[in-house]
Amino acid sequence: MRFMLLFSRQGKLRLQKWYTATAERDKKKMVRELMQVVLARKPKMCSFLEWRDLKIVYKRYASLYFCCAVEEQDNELITLEVIHRFVELLDKYFGSVCELDIIFNFEKAYFILDEFLMGGEIQDTSKKSVLKAIEQADLLQEVRVCDSLNWCPCAVHFSMPTTNKCERVSSVICVCLSSACLSQEDESPRSVLEEMGLA
Amino acid sequence: MPAPIRLRELIRTIRTARTQAEEREMIQKECAAIRSSFREEDNTYRCRNVAKLLYMHMLGYPAHFGQLECLKLIASQKFTDKRIGYLGAMLLLDERQDVHLLMTNCIKNDLNHSTQYVQGLALCTLGCMGSSEMCRDLAGEVEKLLKTSNSYLRKKAALCAVHVIRKVPELMEMFLPATKNLLSEKNHGVLHTSVVLLTEMCERSPDMLTHFRKLVPQLVRILKNLIMSGYSPEHDVSGISDPFLQVRILRLLRILGKSDDDSSEAMNDILAQVATNTETSKNVGNAILFPLLQTDHNAVQRHRSTIVDCLKDLDVSIKRRAMELSFALVNGNNIRGMMKELLYFLDSCDPEFKADCASGVFLAAEKYAPSKRWHIDTIMRVLTTAGSYVRDDSVPNLIQLITNSVEMHAYTVQRLYKALLDDISQQPLVQVASWCIGEYGDLLVSGQCEEEEPIQVKDEVLDVLEGLLVSNLSTPVTRGYSLTAIMKLSTRFSSVNRIKKVVSIYGSSIDVELQQRAVEYNALFKKYDHMRYELRWCSTHSLLTGGRTRSHLNETGLVANLGLHSLTFMYLQLCANDLLDLLGGHDVGPVIQTALPTKPASAGGELLDLLGDLSLSGMPSMNGLKIEFTFERSNPNPNISVITIHASNTTEADMTDFVFQAAVPKTFQLQLLSPSSNVVPALNQGNITQVIRVLNPQKQQLRMRIKLTYTYKGAPVQDLAEVNNFPPQSWQ
Repeated sequence: MRFMLLFSRQGKLRLQKWYTATAERDKKKMVRELMQVVLARKPKMCSFLEWRDLKIVYKRYASLYFCCAVEEQDNELITLEVIHRFVELLDKYFGSVCELDIIFNFEKAYFILDEFLMGGEIQDTSKKSVLKAIEQADLLQEVRVCDSLNWCPCAVHFSMPTTNKCERVSSVICVCLSSACLSQEDESPRSVLEEMGLA
Repeated sequence: MPAPIRLRELIRTIRTARTQAEEREMIQKECAAIRSSFREEDNTYRCRNVAKLLYMHMLGYPAHFGQLECLKLIASQKFTDKRIGYLGAMLLLDERQDVHLLMTNCIKNDLNHSTQYVQGLALCTLGCMGSSEMCRDLAGEVEKLLKTSNSYLRKKAALCAVHVIRKVPELMEMFLPATKNLLSEKNHGVLHTSVVLLTEMCERSPDMLTHFRKLVPQLVRILKNLIMSGYSPEHDVSGISDPFLQVRILRLLRILGKSDDDSSEAMNDILAQVATNTETSKNVGNAILFPLLQTDHNAVQRHRSTIVDCLKDLDVSIKRRAMELSFALVNGNNIRGMMKELLYFLDSCDPEFKADCASGVFLAAEKYAPSKRWHIDTIMRVLTTAGSYVRDDSVPNLIQLITNSVEMHAYTVQRLYKALLDDISQQPLVQVASWCIGEYGDLLVSGQCEEEEPIQVKDEVLDVLEGLLVSNLSTPVTRGYSLTAIMKLSTRFSSVNRIKKVVSIYGSSIDVELQQRAVEYNALFKKYDHMRYELRWCSTHSLLTGGRTRSHLNETGLVANLGLHSLTFMYLQLCANDLLDLLGGHDVGPVIQTALPTKPASAGGELLDLLGDLSLSGMPSMNGLKIEFTFERSNPNPNISVITIHASNTTEADMTDFVFQAAVPKTFQLQLLSPSSNVVPALNQGNITQVIRVLNPQKQQLRMRIKLTYTYKGAPVQDLAEVNNFPPQSWQ
């Protein structure tokens, strides 16, 4: 895959991922041109078209066009499936995803895409696996572990001094040490909770 | 300084802008704030600011001042920072700028980080946008990670290795050891990415391909498990277990199996199984069938029926693949059945396919036709169904084919005539039909064909041809064909007057091509009527396509290897009494080329000038080309000398498109038979022979002007010479 574009029916770009080194000017030109071509297509037309020296595979989901450019020898039928898989991942992650989700959380959409594809190829064919990885990575963003936390009885996890009222807190913070990202900052447990909006 | 606004806040604000100008203003304001924040080296909000910058970049605004900030984020210890930093690097940095190299060290450290998600980020960034320099520096780290037991990292390392190999192919060797047990993994992610890596290596290096051939049994086993195993919710897509992996394995098998019998054997059964088990009602099934179809054809022969069914699929890409594959599968055994399907396809397919399909049908029919009649019938079917889509070069090819099927001439012309009665809109059909009618019109009306009902309609035939001339549907090329056909019929039908009339009308046609033909034919009627029967017109299609004609020897062997115009010229020139008087040294007019005359010529006069400029150019042996004359009087008529010329070539290059022309004084008559070929091979490796018959009733001394034209090393060459030292025995 050379690149993937997401754009709205009004021609607004929502996501662009390039898998080959291309100059900024050329990217803009190609995006503009391709948007024009795809937006002009009628509903019953084939999902595949030839553009420049590439094959374009596109599919419309509600108000968003998902558009991939693949090489001559690539399988465009499976590319359609790749697009669909990506949409399914977004859907599972955001819960019934719509265009607004992608507008307001574009960085998350990128994170999901980067967990699913690399260099234009699929990293993992299991939906569950990809979503789990995203989830775990998201957790790393949220958790700050510091010295003042107590060791969990299992001696592997850190845990907050739990208050019985807040089960969610303990389940969120209880993360396996081997994949935790350790922060150097001096933080108290309370400030961590505040940061998370839970205190 | 107040905290910079949050990302979502900014997005919301910008979306409220009602005009492009308003949006630009908001963006500029925010950019200024971000810039000053960057200047203050604010660590806390750098992440937030870069995220906002990325949003504005997506809207199309410049964001290059954030590049260094991305690098700072990547170097940060916070996971959130790294995540946005790497994203920013992938979006804003590119390998053309040296600044990207500053990432290399950070990535190196992160590849060795204790947290796999950080390692993942580094691998992902390197695998998506790593430049060649970065790849060179970090290939070792990637190779290390390829050997890890952590499947999360292993799969990413495999794809990263693919990128490294694409950027720096020389590094491929170093990944070889790590590939050893890649396929023994159970994890589908690792399997998939490993197959991608193996495919990349095999595609790039024949040595790698040979090395990995031993993996075929393993790949086959994995594929088998995928198909045979029960439902796996994790990998299921519309009832098919991990189609992505299946497709990739099939693609690799195709590469490994190419021109290797053992491998192909090993795969045959599994390919058959995949084909039979794959449900093609959903796209995903067809996605699997696609690489399968590209694999070794022997295995695929078994699935011919599946492939033929694909011709009826609704999806355009599938139809095209199926069509291409169908043609590849056609052989002597299945030609009848396959052709039936393909012709049906030709009837109903979209216009974009028709030209290719028609060409394919012609090729296949030519190779494997079980009988001449079947062949002609197939051609007829194509011409009548998709006649307008047939390629231009098909017409002369078909004519040649028909010419060679001598026993089918009657049948062919009958069928073509009938087709013409139905429909004159499809030009290739009309052109082939006109040509055939002109050539075999006598067979048409004589009722020689036993299989069909004979047509008893001479005048109707002329009606039809004339109809073509006047119809709006006919292109100029078609009109040319019809006029020539009508002319040819003048030697076969008795309605000469009618034909003469038609021909003279077109002598003043606006279409110059038609006009010229008509004028020449007219001249034939007027002055050289006796020659008309002598001329059995040969293939003329070279005039229309500009390509070379092939010589067509008929019973009397009169026809020379020339296009029709040149043929007419030559005979007219040679037989006319107004030919230049060599001995008298008359002034001659300019040579008239086979291109367009500006006014219709009168009875042959100004048309005729073979040699133009009277400069004599020495001996017949020039520039390495030697012409030898031999004589005999085998003919019962003592006034006719039979001279044979032998053209040979001592230079190091062949002389092609060789044409020999001759002119004699007006008391003689000259006839040129077909040459043996029109290539004089280099270095005396062979020669061209051509027979000249000279009628010399007045027993005068024979003199001859000869003109030689040929192509030598790509350039056209013309030579003139006079020959007047014929031995007296040759003409006395």
